[in-house]
Amino acid sequence: MAEAVRSRKRRTVQLPILDSFLWLIRIVAILAVVWGSWVSISSGRLTGQQWRNLIVFGVSQGSVYALIALGYTMVYGVLRFINFAHGEVFMLGGMTAYFITDGLARTGFWLSQPWLSLLIALVAGMTVSTLVAVGLERIAYRPLRGKPRLIPFITAIGASFFLQYATGGLFGVDFKSLPNAEVLAGSVRFAGIQVVKPQLVVIITAVVMMIGLYFLVEKTKAGRAMRAVAEDAETAALMGVNVDRTISMVFGVGGAMAGAAGMLFALVFGQVDYFSGFVPGIKAFTAAVLGGIGNIPGAMVGGLTLGLVESLGPSLVLTGLGVRAAHQLKDMFAFLVLVMVLIFRPTGILGERLAEERA
Amino acid sequence: MALLEINGLSRSFGGVKAIDELDMHVESGEIVSVIGPNGAGKTTLFNLITGLLPTDSGEIVLDERNIVGLRPSQILELGIARTFQNVRLFPEMTVRENVMVAQHCRTRAGVIPAILRLNRREEEQIRKKAEETLAFFGSRLVGYRFDQTAVSLSYANRRRLEIARAMASDPRIVLLDEPTAGMNPRETQEMTELIGRLREERTYTIIVIEHDMRVVKGVSDRVVALDYGKKIADGTYEEVAHNDRVIEAYLGRKAVAEA
Amino acid sequence: MAKTAKPAAGQAPPEHRELLPARQVDLRKAVRIGLASGAAAVFIAADGILLKFAETNVVDGVGLGYLILVAVPLVLGYVAAKPPPRIEGFQEARAGIRNLAAGGITGALTGLTLGLFLFVAGSINIRPVFTNVSPELVERLTVGGSVPIAVLLMLLGGAAVGILGGALHLIPNVWRRPLFGAVLWVLAFGLLEDVAETIFENTGAVYVDDFLYQRGGGLSAVGGAIVFAVFFALYVALRRRPLSVSAFVDGLPENRRRPARLAIGALVVLLLLILPPVFERNYTHILNVAGIFLLMALGLNIVVGLAGLLDLGYVAFFAVGAYTTAVFTSPGSPAFAPELTFWAALPAVVLAAAVAGILVGVPVLRMRGDYLAIVTLGFGEITRLIVGSDWAAPVFGAARGVRGIPNITFLGIELDRPQELYYVILAFLVLVVYISYALQDSRMGRAWMAIREDETVAEAMGINVVAAKLWAFIIGAVLASFGGALYATQIGSVFPNTFKLIVSITVLVVIITGGLASVPGVILGSLVLVGLPEILRQFEEYRFLIYGALLIFMMLKRPEGFIPSRRRMQELHEEEVGQDAWLRTQQERHSAEAG
Repeated sequence: MAEAVRSRKRRTVQLPILDSFLWLIRIVAILAVVWGSWVSISSGRLTGQQWRNLIVFGVSQGSVYALIALGYTMVYGVLRFINFAHGEVFMLGGMTAYFITDGLARTGFWLSQPWLSLLIALVAGMTVSTLVAVGLERIAYRPLRGKPRLIPFITAIGASFFLQYATGGLFGVDFKSLPNAEVLAGSVRFAGIQVVKPQLVVIITAVVMMIGLYFLVEKTKAGRAMRAVAEDAETAALMGVNVDRTISMVFGVGGAMAGAAGMLFALVFGQVDYFSGFVPGIKAFTAAVLGGIGNIPGAMVGGLTLGLVESLGPSLVLTGLGVRAAHQLKDMFAFLVLVMVLIFRPTGILGERLAEERA
Repeated sequence: MALLEINGLSRSFGGVKAIDELDMHVESGEIVSVIGPNGAGKTTLFNLITGLLPTDSGEIVLDERNIVGLRPSQILELGIARTFQNVRLFPEMTVRENVMVAQHCRTRAGVIPAILRLNRREEEQIRKKAEETLAFFGSRLVGYRFDQTAVSLSYANRRRLEIARAMASDPRIVLLDEPTAGMNPRETQEMTELIGRLREERTYTIIVIEHDMRVVKGVSDRVVALDYGKKIADGTYEEVAHNDRVIEAYLGRKAVAEA
Repeated sequence: MAKTAKPAAGQAPPEHRELLPARQVDLRKAVRIGLASGAAAVFIAADGILLKFAETNVVDGVGLGYLILVAVPLVLGYVAAKPPPRIEGFQEARAGIRNLAAGGITGALTGLTLGLFLFVAGSINIRPVFTNVSPELVERLTVGGSVPIAVLLMLLGGAAVGILGGALHLIPNVWRRPLFGAVLWVLAFGLLEDVAETIFENTGAVYVDDFLYQRGGGLSAVGGAIVFAVFFALYVALRRRPLSVSAFVDGLPENRRRPARLAIGALVVLLLLILPPVFERNYTHILNVAGIFLLMALGLNIVVGLAGLLDLGYVAFFAVGAYTTAVFTSPGSPAFAPELTFWAALPAVVLAAAVAGILVGVPVLRMRGDYLAIVTLGFGEITRLIVGSDWAAPVFGAARGVRGIPNITFLGIELDRPQELYYVILAFLVLVVYISYALQDSRMGRAWMAIREDETVAEAMGINVVAAKLWAFIIGAVLASFGGALYATQIGSVFPNTFKLIVSITVLVVIITGGLASVPGVILGSLVLVGLPEILRQFEEYRFLIYGALLIFMMLKRPEGFIPSRRRMQELHEEEVGQDAWLRTQQERHSAEAG
């Protein structure tokens, strides 16, 4: 019998063509990255300082992505649902920051109290985004809880477009430029690296927010309720957790993070418009998946990774491969990362923090 | 050699051994009942046989061919069809379509023939066969029911439709997962007879998971009892019903000691 | 609660049992709806819709902007005054003062909210934030001369309109439907004045046009009354025998259904053939645009509606079709210009689309639902970014695109006017509608549906899921590429910016609103959602706003779409539901005994 077992070759490869195709993509991708980076670095086209700048830019960009990604990941953790409209929540935070700073700049308060003004803008942006996120959940998502997954997802796409074009209609479709903040001009030398001030502000704020979030989730009663609902909503309800309120709170906290990110993003780029939530939203989702969706530290790791990949990738890989005007393909690079991650490691770097249910 | 042979089959979920070194065989034309308390690994066994779950080790041999590692659709093509414990039909497809789908692997016409209308004859055959299969259940699933969606059927009719769907794939072995769950006594009786008819009229080999001991007694040639993924008894209904380990598995050690 | 009192369905409810008092219209709900209604009214004013459409006359000089504003309390008043659904064992709620009250509350709150907004907008300048809140808007809203009077008028007017909305429930059902239908027709005639004018002119019925419409635009009072009367009478006359083609066909004996269907189909095609001369250049062009979207929608309907694969990057295949056509036919193609004819390039288009379908399909085979949607979205964006990049400029011309795509020639005739291109698009549409139906009732069609319903079971029932999914992507891609090819020749050039995500979303909105997996629904959806905004150019700005709202609304209230596919319309068979419930209790007892 034992011999018979050995003679019957066990078929584990289910569809060799498909799998070998995917392996081919994998190998080509790795070869392209290695070859491109090697050519770029050995050519010495960029100086060390330029590379360091790209890294700092990547980290600051990545911390913004991480903040947005937290919203995706927390909502996914409790509802297994991709809140496609989260990018718009982020955009509204930036929009609010614009109106606040613009209003303050007309009064002179902006010049006399620059740091306080920025803080006000941050708080206002977070407040508006929180309200929008909670309202969205209440109006559009809550009635659909328990429906097949695609139904709330399509609703979220609808909400995303509605929010975009409502913002465009109400506040105008032009680019809105934030006033100049003189305190943020120039740069700081930090551990031997030259860092532009806005980016430093972004990184510090993001770190503070994430530490705050960590304490909220791990050390408070509300955080315990969130984790319980994420684990098993039904049991949590039986244990006396108010599931509706907890889910609202998850949306609220995610919205607050996105609002802060929106304000920081507007600060770095100096402008915001009704459409500026879409691309960062998708990228932050990529970051969430990259780190392992449903996993809070994963969102942070994923955000930073994506920020770095996106900032270094085009110059490092694409230019090395001889692609002209590689910066144009920055977004494409991010989307490519998204596709590759979902194909080859859908559970992300740190792994999904949920039992994969049978769909 | 037996039609279906399972040798040293194991599968664990995160340390819990759902199926543990199981050996089992089913002869052609037999009706074998698999019994055991909840969580004994009965449904896992079905999922392993039909390829819905990958095995950890061991082999499943159908007619001298190891089917471990094949895709579920290939296993169905080799002749093992099944029903599900929690009836899984295609809810928004009609009754007839549900049965027509099951003939997928026995028919050929692809997209291009469908566009060129070269599939007419085959379609007609598929349709006819589906309706004949449904007629096996008497008047319950025919006539106006053909065009009703599966979701609009009663619970018992859904179970029947699921069996019809399995039948339409021309199987050699049919795996029935708790076919009488949720049925009233009359329907249970009817199902017991139906399982017998499936063998007599259709010459299927049948493996059935069942909790209702009257059904088990009524249909089985042989009964296999599982507990914690291991086989604890194998024999006729009488033998297994009086086996100490089976009674212990169902009632607990203390009950046996008291008895 | 109430449901436990429900007798076993299928039996007649016992007559002797006391009925519980009727469930009444909830006035607290009316307050909530009123606040939402107020928010909607303010949104309409602040978003600029009111101003934009103030001059679009519909009936007797009444502007569309005001009509929309009035419709808000009317419709929501009607909704608020709707009695809760009747449950067996309860008395039926009698329509009466409570309906009026609910409508009135909603209307009054709407007016009050709008009034508050007017008060704020009138006293401080909020224009730096809300760009559309111009002095002109304030002036338009200040109907009574001064702000306080206007606020009062709004409150009273809102209440009156709301009561009117509530009062609609007092009208017997027999009259309500004709009333609603006739009002909608009046609106349609008023809005589509230009189209109607063109049709009347080209069918030799100019006098009808002069009679119905007035000089300043919109229906005249008499015209409006006539349209209303005609359609009201039609609805009343037909209320017992609705004009349903499918009901007619189903009523025929089996052997005559097929010829009847063919005859009806031929009649429809014949009607479609005579449209271009009637519609002239402009409206035929719009039909063409709608037709191209319809081609895509029918393709996406196979991918999403039948196979259940939510593809958000569908525009990629449209782009593949358009760019392949452009490169193969245009003399202006940068790198490689074989200058083929449209027909000679078509095989290349199909091939390119099929390859693209496989390239997108293979990586996403193992993904489910929302992940698949996001990855396909990524593919769509990647396509657009690549064709727009300087890197690919030697082939696709980067932002300048590819120009000089020749018109389609057929039997040596150059089809350079939209009226001629129309027939090509129509031919493609007939082909694609045919393909849709042929596939729906085929072995592969059933496999797709099975995958949509339950992928695991589909695999267990012998379906090769990999092959079936790839075929869905290939067919979808080819159909979209037809759309792209026709689009390229219609416009004569292609640019990367045409192929944005919004195209995918538009097509998705079309099929979801029309009815997933329903070919008639998809046809109506593209005519209304793509054609109408092109006719009512003023709507262009609000198009995507409406799309977004529509998606949310459909998912919340009518996920099966407006013309659902036939199988989804079936309701549960009452008798069996009763049996089902009984069985479930049996099962519970069974499992309780077992445990």
